[in-house]
Order: sequence, then C-alpha cells, then structure tokens
Amino acid sequence: MSARESILASIMANQPVSQDLPQIDLRAVINYDNVLHQFKTVLESIGGKTMEINGWDAIQQMMQADTKEGKQMVNGIAELGAIDANLATQKAAELASVQRAYLKGGIAVAENGSIWVDEAAMVNRLLPFIAEHLVLVIEEKNIVATMHHAYQQVASFDSGFGMFLAGPSKTADIEQSLVIGAHGARSLLVCIIP
Amino acid sequence: MSSQAKFTHAEAAEQFIADEPRTDWHDDTLWFVREKRDKAANSLPEWEQLRQWASDIKYHVLSNMHQYLEAFEQKAIANGIQVHWAKDAKEHNDIVYKIIKDNQVQRIVKSKSMLTEECHLNEFLGEQGVEIVDTDLGERIVQFRKEAPSHIVLPAIHLKKQDVSETFHEHLGTEKGNHDPQYLTEAARGHLRDKFVASELAITGVNFAVAETGGFVVCTNEGNADMGAHAAKIHIACMGFEKLIPRAEHLGVFLRLLARSATGQPITTYSSHFSKPRAGQQMHIVIVDNGRSRQLGREEFRNSLKCIRCAACFNTCPVYRRSGGHSYHTAVAGPIGSILNPNLDMEANKDLPFASTLCGSCSNVCPVKINIHEQLYLWRQTITKEGLAPKAKSIAMWGMSEVLAHPAIYRLAGKMGRWVVKHLPFLTNNGLNPWFKQREMPQAPKESFRDWYLNNKQK
Repeated sequence: MSARESILASIMANQPVSQDLPQIDLRAVINYDNVLHQFKTVLESIGGKTMEINGWDAIQQMMQADTKEGKQMVNGIAELGAIDANLATQKAAELASVQRAYLKGGIAVAENGSIWVDEAAMVNRLLPFIAEHLVLVIEEKNIVATMHHAYQQVASFDSGFGMFLAGPSKTADIEQSLVIGAHGARSLLVCIIP
Repeated sequence: MSSQAKFTHAEAAEQFIADEPRTDWHDDTLWFVREKRDKAANSLPEWEQLRQWASDIKYHVLSNMHQYLEAFEQKAIANGIQVHWAKDAKEHNDIVYKIIKDNQVQRIVKSKSMLTEECHLNEFLGEQGVEIVDTDLGERIVQFRKEAPSHIVLPAIHLKKQDVSETFHEHLGTEKGNHDPQYLTEAARGHLRDKFVASELAITGVNFAVAETGGFVVCTNEGNADMGAHAAKIHIACMGFEKLIPRAEHLGVFLRLLARSATGQPITTYSSHFSKPRAGQQMHIVIVDNGRSRQLGREEFRNSLKCIRCAACFNTCPVYRRSGGHSYHTAVAGPIGSILNPNLDMEANKDLPFASTLCGSCSNVCPVKINIHEQLYLWRQTITKEGLAPKAKSIAMWGMSEVLAHPAIYRLAGKMGRWVVKHLPFLTNNGLNPWFKQREMPQAPKESFRDWYLNNKQK
C-alpha cells in the first residue's frame, strides 16, 4: 500500500462522525463608520505610510523625482505608462538592485491595514518583496471593513499567487525590539485615490 | 517508536531558573506578548464568536478529513503542483532529499516550518552533506548557535541581544560589542539577501491549505518565505494534513485570529496565497501524517489537531515562561506541545503533561478553543495507566491515596507535619525536599482546620 493510501485509510478509520460547517454570519462582525479612517490608522500603527491623492499625476511626479535622483525605479502600473516587457521574467539577481517599485493594490482591509495584491498586479512575483521600497496605489472604494468582506471580493485564485500585504517587512526576533526592514521592503507607502 | 529523552522537563527547568534575573526577564518578555494579544483580541467585539467559528470549522474538517484531502490533492495537481505523501518523518525527509538529489541543487533556503523541525529535516540533510540555510531571523540565530528554536513563533526568545551580537560577530563579522538590534538585523538582511538571490530551492511551511483552491497560505512578517519561494526554481511546501480548511473564505476567520493571538498584530505583514507554480518553476507539497491520524482516532485528544501554531498558550503559560522552551526537549514546546508530543512518543515525552499547573490559561487564550489543560490532565492519567509515571510519583500517589482514605491516619499525619515544621524545620528546609527549592516553607498553623472548627462550633 502506498503512503497515500495508507494515510487516507488510517484517516478514514479514525475520523469522527461528520459535523456541519458553521455559518459565518457577517451581522456578528465589526463594522466601521469610516473605513478609510480605520484603514489609515491601522496601517500607520504597523509601520506603513498613507497619502490621499487626487489622481495619477502625484504618482507620476514621485516617479520623475526618483529618476532625477538616479534611483532605480520600476513601474508596474499600466495607467502610468508602459510596463517593461522583461520585468515579468527577470530573476532575483536582476531585481536585487530595484530601489522602488510602484504597484497597484486591490481590495484593502480596514480592520488590519492589509491590501490584496494579485500576481498580475505584481508583474513579477518577487518584485514586491525584493524592492527596497514599495509604493502601492489603491482606490478608496476598494476599502472594506474586515477580512470576511475582503474574501467575498477576492473571488479568484486562478492567477497562481496573491497576498495580503500589511506594512513594511519587519522582525522582532532580537529581544522583541521591533526593526522595520527585515528581508522584504523597508517601507510601504499606500497612495489612496478617490 | 519509543525512546528516552536526554533530560526531563523538571531537570532542564531547574537549570533554566538558576539564573534568576534572566528567568524574570524571560517571564516578563512573554507576558508582554500575552498583553499585546489581549489588547488585539479586545479590539474585536466578535472575538469569542470568531474562536467558536474557528473551532467548529476545524472540527468539521477533522470529521471530513479524508474527503477534503482528496479534493485538495486533485485540485493542487490540476494547478500544476506535485503532491507527495509521507507516513512519517523518515518518509518526509526522504522525499525532500530525493527532490534535492534529482535536481542536483546545492543552494537551499528554508523559512520557518515547525513540521520540518518535528521531522529533524536539517539534521537529516546535514548527514547527507546537504546544507540548509534557515532564513527567519530568529531561526538563523539559533542555527548559527547550533540550538533548536525555543518558541514556535519567536525562535530566539531565550536569547538577549548581547548573545545575538556575539553570535553575529563570530559568524557574520559584525562589530564586537555592538548589540543594537537595528544594526544586527541589517547585517542579517545583507547576509541572507545573498542567500536568497543565489538560492536554487526553497522550503517553506504551510499555515493553511485550502481544499477548494488546491492552494496554501504562508504567513510571515519578514518576507523570508516569499523571498525564497519566488527566487528559487523549486519550491517545496511541507504540511501536516491537519492544516487543511474547506474554502478560501474560511481564511477570513483564521487570518483574523492568527496574528492577533500570536503577537497582537492585526495580521502578519505577508499572508501569501500560493496556488500555482510560476512559469518554469517546480512546486511540491509534502503532506505528512507522522502520528496525526493516530491522534485523530483518540477521541479525548483529537481536538489538539485544530492547533494553528500561534503560541498564545506558550506566552500565557506560567510554567513555559519560567522554564523556557528548551526544557520541553521537543520541536513544539509549551502547553500545546505537551499534548501533541506524547502522541508522537509517549515514553520520551511522558514528563511533559506534568509540566503544567493545570491553571487553564492556555485553554482560555487558544484561538481554536482546544481544551489544552483538560487534555494535559487526561494525558497524565493515560501515562500513569501505561505504567510510565516516575516511580517516586507513583509511590507518593499511592501513599497519598492511603492517607486520604483513612481519616485517622490523615489527622495524625497532619499533626506530625505541623509539629515537624515548627520544631524541627531543618527536616523540611533542606535540599532533599523538592518543595523547598526556590521556595520558603510556610509557617505551620497551631491547629488544623478541623480542630479549629470543632473548637469554634462549641463557642
């Protein structure tokens, strides 16, 4: 008998009588009067920065400033211009020098300051992690109260990879002292457009 | 499988508490984490409802595990993931080694996975001449020091920054005496970035596997699991089968509970949902039993399989906080480890269910409502019935039951005890009496409660 069959047989013999799944009743779940305010407050409390902007111009200016300062910047937002065709297939060694990446975020969650970023929006799976600094642009209408609401809207996992991202990379593994910038991005700026 | 642990919890704990200031520091540090958990839990009015949902979802999965595992496997394979099954630790290690050998890779990074600790994967691969780089900062620190993690969420919580500074000075060439956490973390970032960029194969754990999507979720704050998995051309994710949940929407319940229970954060920085390999990448999942199906069949202990490894029970446990993770001599320490490990090896871990005050705090903070303290109590009975309790304890228990069964003997013994403590204190206040260690003996009362009651009733 293969390991698979023997494990499944042992489980079948040992699993208890089936019990139903509970119904998740969203009426029992917290809501916020102002999800934008809650989102910003929580994200800033976990080390992220937020900025409300009126349109894409503000992002364009930040990118121009990066270029002027000679920073290696990568654009992953179609609204802001062409995306480098090579980006999707670049390897770690090529991406290691990226100083700032600009990406578009999806659903944002007020209760914990996290943002869903889908593989398509990352362009390259490694990019949001390996870039020294990360800028995410989200739309205010995409902010929901809780993770339950978020999963109702993240309907598809077909692209193969996606994540909820909440703030910059961090660690407290040395004597519980919080240090921002462990292995992933050292900073996260979330720009919120109306 | 049956073996003898090198030392018991009590013996190791005795060494741990010999350094009193350090014990106090350890105790305070973990209590601080517990307080952060309370603050996070109290921010949600539905917290208790969430725990109930989580507990019920997990029980539903345990009671339908066979069907869900088959569904998960089918979907994962359709997504292009290679699925492997391992009955025990040895099969798990062999599978991982075979993938490494077949692909002829040398540069391997691993993020935190308590399952691979349970299976002693690093030691096994080391014996085959394969080096693994642990990439979680805390795990890298203990790996340099050739120690095991002492906590499943905070692997280096037993160390002070001075210890880390010395270790990094030795292994990474950091300045001697510089123990600024920012500086030390930066040094580790540089060191591990090189490892990530060069890595060929990445091993990760699994926090949740989703039957509906055939995918799995890995949670980190550092981003190390993702740096490895997305940089390497091969990704192996190792999971105990109990990590399964039915649908993606149920992640909503568990991700709301996990980080709040673990560290008091509203969510971990990265909650990464893997469901397909990227173009040109190999993705493997190893599904491990290693005693879990046996635990599933033990009615009184099966709920331990609901555990999501948040370590809230560690942080709140008065025994863990004052004895340190290494005293538990197992990959998963603390109260939950003390009910999981006797199933893995009852003989080697027979001391663990006794390393508890049975105060119940663990059960109160558990996000999936495992009745941990009741299971500790039940394991004590099972272990004693199996004849594995220490001799001295069995004799003492027999003596106690004789005394308690005979009121006259009980009264005489009480009188003798009070007289001895009062007139011959050196008979109890000495190193031969385990209750005298780290304690002052109490003042003996003049009379027993019974005598006091009889006297006062007449007045």
